[in-house]
Amino acid sequence: MLPLCSRVLLSHPFSPMSLMALREQLNMLVNSMYIEGLLDQQFQQLQMLQDASSPGFVAEVINLFCEDAERILTELTKLVDQAVVDFQKVDAYVHQLKGSSSSVGAQNVKLACIQFRQFCEENNKDGCLNALNVVKHHYYLLRNKFDTMLQLEQRIQAYDSKQQN
Amino acid sequence: MGLKTGVGGEKRWWWNRNVIMVLWVMLSVGFCIGLHCHMRTESMRKAEETLTSMCEERARMLQEQFAVSVNHVHALAILVSTFHYQKSPPALDQETFADYTASTAFERPLLNGVAYAQRIVHAERQLFENQQGWMIKTMKRDPSPVQDEYAPVIYSQETVSYIEALDMMSGEEDRENILRARATGKAVLTRPFRLLESNHLGVVLTFPVYLLDLPADATAEERVRATAGYLGGAFDVESLVENLLRQLAGNQEIMVNVYDVTNASEPLIMYGTNPPDDHMLLSHVSMLDFGDPFRKHQMKCRYREKPPVSLSSITTPSGIFVICMLVGYIGYAAWSHYDNVKEDFRKMEELKKQAEAADVAKSQFLATVSHEIRTPMNGVLGMLDMLLDTNLNLTQKDYAQTAQVCGRALISLINEVLDRAKIEAGKLEIESVPFDLRSILDDVISLFSAKSREKGIELAVYVSERVPNILMGDPGRFRQIITNLVGNSVKFTERGHVFVQVHLVEHVKMAMNATAETGLNGHVNEVNMKSAATVFNTLSGLEVADFRNTCESFKLLLSHGASLSCTFGGGSVPESIADKVTLMVSVEDTGIGIPVHAQDRVFTPFMQADSSTSRNYGGTGIGLSISKCLVELMGGKINFISQPHVGSTFMFTAVLQKYGKSAGVDTKRSLSEVLPTCFRGMRLTLVDRRAVRAAVTKYHLQRLGVIIEDVSTVNEVLCALSGQNDYLNSSQPGKQPSILLIEKDSWDSKVDVHIQNQLLEYKEAGRIQVVPKVVLILTIESDKTRAGSHVDAIIMKPLRASTIATCFQQMLGMGKCQNKDTLNGSTSLRGLLDGKNILVVDDNKVNLRVAAAALKKYGAKVVCVESGKSALSLLQSPHKFDACFMDVQMPEMDGFEATRQIRLMENKANEEAPPEEGLVKAKWHLPILAMTADVIQATHEECVKCGMDGYVSKPFEEAQLYQAVARFVVSQPIPDS
Repeated sequence: MLPLCSRVLLSHPFSPMSLMALREQLNMLVNSMYIEGLLDQQFQQLQMLQDASSPGFVAEVINLFCEDAERILTELTKLVDQAVVDFQKVDAYVHQLKGSSSSVGAQNVKLACIQFRQFCEENNKDGCLNALNVVKHHYYLLRNKFDTMLQLEQRIQAYDSKQQN
Repeated sequence: MGLKTGVGGEKRWWWNRNVIMVLWVMLSVGFCIGLHCHMRTESMRKAEETLTSMCEERARMLQEQFAVSVNHVHALAILVSTFHYQKSPPALDQETFADYTASTAFERPLLNGVAYAQRIVHAERQLFENQQGWMIKTMKRDPSPVQDEYAPVIYSQETVSYIEALDMMSGEEDRENILRARATGKAVLTRPFRLLESNHLGVVLTFPVYLLDLPADATAEERVRATAGYLGGAFDVESLVENLLRQLAGNQEIMVNVYDVTNASEPLIMYGTNPPDDHMLLSHVSMLDFGDPFRKHQMKCRYREKPPVSLSSITTPSGIFVICMLVGYIGYAAWSHYDNVKEDFRKMEELKKQAEAADVAKSQFLATVSHEIRTPMNGVLGMLDMLLDTNLNLTQKDYAQTAQVCGRALISLINEVLDRAKIEAGKLEIESVPFDLRSILDDVISLFSAKSREKGIELAVYVSERVPNILMGDPGRFRQIITNLVGNSVKFTERGHVFVQVHLVEHVKMAMNATAETGLNGHVNEVNMKSAATVFNTLSGLEVADFRNTCESFKLLLSHGASLSCTFGGGSVPESIADKVTLMVSVEDTGIGIPVHAQDRVFTPFMQADSSTSRNYGGTGIGLSISKCLVELMGGKINFISQPHVGSTFMFTAVLQKYGKSAGVDTKRSLSEVLPTCFRGMRLTLVDRRAVRAAVTKYHLQRLGVIIEDVSTVNEVLCALSGQNDYLNSSQPGKQPSILLIEKDSWDSKVDVHIQNQLLEYKEAGRIQVVPKVVLILTIESDKTRAGSHVDAIIMKPLRASTIATCFQQMLGMGKCQNKDTLNGSTSLRGLLDGKNILVVDDNKVNLRVAAAALKKYGAKVVCVESGKSALSLLQSPHKFDACFMDVQMPEMDGFEATRQIRLMENKANEEAPPEEGLVKAKWHLPILAMTADVIQATHEECVKCGMDGYVSKPFEEAQLYQAVARFVVSQPIPDS
């Protein structure tokens, strides 16, 4: 999928041919994300919540999610690296991340968080480290996709506004 | 490690047992040998004793007889001295002597014969020979050579006459004897020698005869000088002893030897044969005294044969040995049996532990697995929900719906299994929250309405009016039990009815007593009814299993209820008696019943009547066992009466608490389905020919506040209508019914037209002011076609107060009545939430944003805050919010704590509020809904505990959100509508 996305990025934003292609590519991107399990139906719900009154809703939520997740991941990395791990704190953070990821519909991240919490409950440091890596992996994968998605959306919007003008 | 030593110890144990056994055998062998020896020696000793006594006896007798003979010889000696020497001429001659001795021979049985030899010195020999006329001869019958002295025999007994004239001094033994005899003056004996003639062993006894009487202390010299002659006798010892022994008992067994032991080193045998040396086993020696101090004799006795080993000395020990062996064997066998049993017991114990562990593991596994399955299943169901919202063609929709139904069935099954596992693990707890029993029953009924309509069975609920509206208990579990029972009944019933009744137990008992009192009559009636017609006085007219209990007492229950409530004023009596209520719920059906053989195991988990049941009707058979557990947890009992092909009646009791009156109105609103009040006081006539069914219908209508008059046929109604007018003369127009409610079996197309015509006629004639609306009650969907054109509305069974209300509203056009429970979907959610101010509290920005957006979508005005504290500050008393969604897990102040604080604030505000404004008081209860990701029972309980009104899962699911919101938002009166 990545080569395709990069090609999309390279194409000219305002080329008249790209509107349809952009929409199609956006759809394909989202569909592939469903298929890969990155997203679940909650994301669909989010998309359904976005309407004319709140055009940037999905983007806003995604941005919120990314900020939140990155903050949490930084904290988690710090916590887990310590000699004595405060599992309660870790658990609280993971719980937060799980909450936000489930709200966004980031299925893989959510599942990884569930796994992570189990390790926390077992006070298993190695497991936590592994789980954190898994969460990070999923998260970064997802963020890349989200970035692409948001860029595509921006272009589409820009195109729309341009057309309106 | 422990196992290893255990095995080692066991081996040693075995070894020990064998060693002990060997020791035992050796011990018993030793004992038996010892016993044998002891018995042998004992018998030996006895034999020896016998021998001794016998020997002594023989010796004594021999001695005595010998002594007697010696005395006689002595007497003869005296005789000879008297008649031969002291008479002159001697009065004794050979003839006389021979005669005398012969005639006194019996006195001397031991002596062969006696003879008298005179002492002749050489000087007198010639004279003597001349006198006698014969020569002195030696023993060898030769003429005696010259000697100093001679002792020729002059007198002799006939038996020994051959020794006459023989010189006794010529025989060596005799000479010695003679010398010793005359020196001692006593009888002396020779050593044994072969006697002449008889050639028997014998001894010769010699007695001296003196010329004058000698003093007792005379010296040997004097004696020799005084000697006149010698009396001698030969003892034939051999025949003597033989004769003697013959007289005694035990002669055969013992062998007697008599020895002369004067020379101790060389005993001379006097009697008996010399024994072989080898069996010198037992012998006894007795000393004999024959009156000769010089000679010593002894008698030696021994057994002729080696004494036989006694039988008892062999049998007794061997018997004892056998017994010992047997005892040993028994002991051994018992020991090994004990060991085996112990080992088995240990194994058993182990297996038991394993089995118990397995059982626990099973329950845990069930719980875990069910939980794990539930989570993805929820996903599946959610996706299906969404799929159904999208544009599908009919086939797709059908598939999706089927999938959803199946999924729901699976979820409910999993829930049941989970329940079962929880009950087994003892983890299920019954909560105690206020709930409205009637609305729960209505819900259950609606659940099965589609099915019952499809099958054409009547499904009905009746709750006694004495059952309080609000009770404390576990509504979920109560619903579960009833759903289960009703579900079973509906499943197994093909025609007839399923009838749920709820009464107070004491009330039922009273009624039962009353039935018992009227028992005889009732019984007769019953029999008549059964034989006469197949129509029974039940809901559907079919026979039921628990016949008497239902129809007879149902009537009584009704009448009692009425009379009691009349007497005691609205049934307030039970409330004052106790704070606990025991309900009696019965579910009666006219289904296939339970086979008699299966009735015992109805409540056993996973048991169905038989395997064909599950084939024909499906199901797992877990429901009833869960119901039983639940009923028992509620402090009640469940049982049933069933007749195959007639039906079953399940009854259970449950102890519930009465709800405190303090917060009554408010909770009632939020708990129970809100029934419209606009029908209060409306008049209605019910046409139904079955009393029981009419009672059910009346029960629902009464809940709507409708005043009912019931008649059994349509004609009665018409009569009543026409008659009423005459009677009341339109003075009270409100008294006439505005609705005619007609059961389907009182209805057909003729009645249809007839009734309409009649009513119109009445109206035209001014008898009635308004034509009553005609409403038909139907059980089966297909009957709708038969309804005809003159019916204003149709109500489908099962009856439910709200359904009736909706129907009436539509028919009468009373749009303003609130009735929202038939609406569904996002439009209704929008309706509920439109314009509402809602506070969303969540520390997670993402969640907050999403939740807010979701609620906004339904038209709500949303305010977001990120912590419990800020929520508190926003909710200071006069606030504008209609509801609050609260995340449970938040840092600093979690949802529960925040809710508690809010409730505290509200209470304060309510207390401060002016007391006369009752409405305001109810207003300060902000509905708070928890938002939580894990929808488990415990969280729910905690939600309720800290004052929350409900919970929604995160992220929102439309249906659930609607349910949760509808419960409280609807109950809030909307001021402007």
